[in-house]
Amino acid sequence: MERTSTGVPNEKMLMWAFIGSECMLFGSLIATYLAYRGRSIVGPYEEELLNIPFITVTTFVLLMSSLMMVLALSAVQRGDTRGSKLFLFLTALLGVVFISGQVFEFSHFVHEGLGLGRNLFSGTFFLTTGFHGAHVTVGVIWLLTLWAMAMRGKLGPEKSLKVEVAGLYWHFVDVVWIVLFTIIYLMSGASGA
Amino acid sequence: MASEMAHGAEAGGLETAMTHGSPEEPHASSRTYIAIALVLGVLTALEVMVFYVEALAPVLVPILLVLSAAKFVLVVGFFMHLKYDTNILRGLFFGPLAIAVAIIVAMMALYGYFL
Repeated sequence: MERTSTGVPNEKMLMWAFIGSECMLFGSLIATYLAYRGRSIVGPYEEELLNIPFITVTTFVLLMSSLMMVLALSAVQRGDTRGSKLFLFLTALLGVVFISGQVFEFSHFVHEGLGLGRNLFSGTFFLTTGFHGAHVTVGVIWLLTLWAMAMRGKLGPEKSLKVEVAGLYWHFVDVVWIVLFTIIYLMSGASGA
Repeated sequence: MASEMAHGAEAGGLETAMTHGSPEEPHASSRTYIAIALVLGVLTALEVMVFYVEALAPVLVPILLVLSAAKFVLVVGFFMHLKYDTNILRGLFFGPLAIAVAIIVAMMALYGYFL
């Protein structure tokens, strides 16, 4: 273990600082989405397009990917190579399923006439969820590199900090989706919104 | 694959993972993580259920905010281990989070949400 003045590894400290900055980024995107919600003057409107059952399934998939991630970290920390490979792969796989769902949703919206610049809803919706999707994509690539290391036997307990830092990023992406799912999808029909 | 998962989860449940590189405080066991994931699933199902109950429409927003906050706290506290980590890391997260919430509330106020 490296020695630092805070007792916290530098990589972990850096990731938390990054996550803090990401909080403000997504906070700004959510604020913009809320500011413009319900103010589109041309359709299609959000209540006509948002598919709650479908997005609930993809939300559940992302939540379960977070479970796979903590199990992967736990496996790496105890030197369980089979578990490390399996859970890292499952985390990435569930991330890919989530992204596929988002691609399907975006394609459906565009097919229904909701292009990026169509109205205020489309601009803020695609920007906010698109940014999140880009984060998930980066996370999947990161997880696959860790999985490749595990497959080559280069991800022992001494490398668990790498998995912990990647896990922090992955869980944060999940946390952001918890908020977006509630605000964008479930509150879409709320009065006064 | 399912049996492998169960095997891994069971093995993890028998021992306690340790924080890497930070003060050696124990994390939750794999069984706890699985229990938390189940709670997260139930909370998500509750959110969606509330969304479809018309009688709850007047209180939809506060209920959803509470359920969403509960999920948020569970993931950050247990999956991200912030419950077990140092105050420096908590400050690095909750400081910017407070700013983000302030930005959201300020924008909502500017756009007349609270009128």
